[in-house]
Amino acid sequence: MTRAPIFGLMAEFESPTELALAARKAYDEGYRKMDAYSPFPIEEVSEAIGFGHSRVPLVVLVGGLLGGAGGYLMQYWISALNYPINVGGRPLNSWPAFIVVTFEMTILGAALFAVFGMLALNRLPMPYHPTFNVGRFAFASKDRFFLCIEAADPRFDRDGTEGFLQSLGPKQVSEVPH
Amino acid sequence: MAEDPTVEVTRTTRAPVLAPGHTFATVTDKISAIVLSRRTTIGWMLGFGVGLTFTMVFLLAVSYLVVKGVGIWGINIPVAWGFAIVNFVWWIGIGHAGTLISAILLLLNQPWRNSINRFAEAMTLFAVMCAGMFPLLHLGRPWLFYWLFPYPNTMQVWPQFRSPLVWDVFAVSTYFTVSLMFWFVGLIPDLGTLRDRAHSRFARATYGFLAMGWRGSARHWKNYESAYLLLAGLATPLVVSVHTVVSFDFAISILPGWHTTIFPPYFVAGAIYSGFAMVLVIAIPIRKYYGLGDMITMRHLDNSAKIMLVTGLIVAYGYFIETFMAWYRHNDFDFFMIQNRMHGPYAPLYLALMLCNVAAPQVLWFRRVRQNVGALFAISIVVLVGMWLERFIIVVTSLHRDFLTSSWGMYYPTRWDWLTFWGSVGFFTMAMYLFIRFLPMISIFEMRTLLPEAEVEAGAK
Repeated sequence: MTRAPIFGLMAEFESPTELALAARKAYDEGYRKMDAYSPFPIEEVSEAIGFGHSRVPLVVLVGGLLGGAGGYLMQYWISALNYPINVGGRPLNSWPAFIVVTFEMTILGAALFAVFGMLALNRLPMPYHPTFNVGRFAFASKDRFFLCIEAADPRFDRDGTEGFLQSLGPKQVSEVPH
Repeated sequence: MAEDPTVEVTRTTRAPVLAPGHTFATVTDKISAIVLSRRTTIGWMLGFGVGLTFTMVFLLAVSYLVVKGVGIWGINIPVAWGFAIVNFVWWIGIGHAGTLISAILLLLNQPWRNSINRFAEAMTLFAVMCAGMFPLLHLGRPWLFYWLFPYPNTMQVWPQFRSPLVWDVFAVSTYFTVSLMFWFVGLIPDLGTLRDRAHSRFARATYGFLAMGWRGSARHWKNYESAYLLLAGLATPLVVSVHTVVSFDFAISILPGWHTTIFPPYFVAGAIYSGFAMVLVIAIPIRKYYGLGDMITMRHLDNSAKIMLVTGLIVAYGYFIETFMAWYRHNDFDFFMIQNRMHGPYAPLYLALMLCNVAAPQVLWFRRVRQNVGALFAISIVVLVGMWLERFIIVVTSLHRDFLTSSWGMYYPTRWDWLTFWGSVGFFTMAMYLFIRFLPMISIFEMRTLLPEAEVEAGAK
């Protein structure tokens, strides 16, 4: 008898320490396509599942540079090229006066890239995700900690992986339907 | 890792940041229940009603302004900057404490901020909204406010980028945008919590829509924390720059009383001073009426009072330097300006300013006063009044008697000035009431990290 394909298997834990240990063991076991879910950020867990590096800082740097360069060039173009006003022979590209707006545009560019970059890297908004099919997953935003090994992982084997997750001492293991 | 707050509690006798006995579940339940299951109380309805009434007053005053023009206010030459600019600087200063709490204290690794940052950020947003309205109304033709921005137009003209007034447009609009994003990013995980715990279909759909599918994934948290920290790092220089640019509006001019280099630091300190006063004015009733004394503890009130005292002393130093420089500079106009402040027609307001901003907060040196909730509330109100008076003194006494005696004049606010001001206070009150009712006023996920069990034990690291 063939069973309907599933998204993965999810184990529920009661403390951040249990989750961090379980994630580390799963990584050592060779699982890579997995994710951990917790009600607050836990540095050790994201390291344990092998997600040590965020690309957000690079995105923010690009945003800041674009904002700053764009801010200065806008003022230069407007004040020196498109609408030059000669006031007593003073320089048109009066850069000290342009610093404030350049600074504000740097911050604005970096902040916009930080927020929208973070959302894009996280693939949010995402109204549907298979993990929400597990009834108890609602506690992931309260006081429970989950580790989900996805079926797309090459080492995933429905019975074998379930046995492995059970060996980690979870509160329970559930299937995550698509 | 952040320092475990409980360690500090055992080391000193200070009140804890979070009262003992809480777990992940109780923290979540307590804060989300205020929004989800608690019934709307009569007290809330009354407070909201007062706010709504004054918002209507504000709309009335603005409508009349649109019909008649700024002549309904007391402004004229020489005092063309009246209440509108006083209120603008006052409101935007109040906003600054929210950013200080949420961004600077985050960077300085002060975990006690976690229970007050959310509503302080909301306070920032609403205060900046109130602030932003005043210069727009002061434009004369507020419906043409978009002329302030550089956009390609058929008139073929652009803003003057060498003017501090244009810098201000960029500073304040950037500040509002960044504050809004910072606040919303902080809310996303809590909106997920509300979505998972809401009973009614409508509430679940609304919070779910706003949470955008947040599921607390470890990868998401990693990017999230990175973005949140960077936003804090960006908001920190931003908040300092905003009030600096506001002070440039004055300091770049050549008017005695405005043209001074002490303005930027003195304005920023004053902003934080009034902002923390407003934080206390909001926090004290909230913790009483919602029973949040275990989350907003005496430690928070004590720390806020200390920051008020420090910034108050910086402001006092600013007043001293202003007076000293007027004498030291040996400039007749400068010297006259300060004499006119102290002995001229607005002298009673100057005296009141000194009592409110310099004398009154000195009682905060005493621990007994800082532990007395009622006294803190009263002093905060006094400081808010004092900071409003400070802006009034700076704007009006400098303008009304400048270089030429023939162009001297007096400024008296009209009833429309007062109605607009109190209307903006009403809008702020209404917005805070709505926020408290519909969104978690304390950051739930950051409160969870304050619990000792949030730490991963040494063996698992």
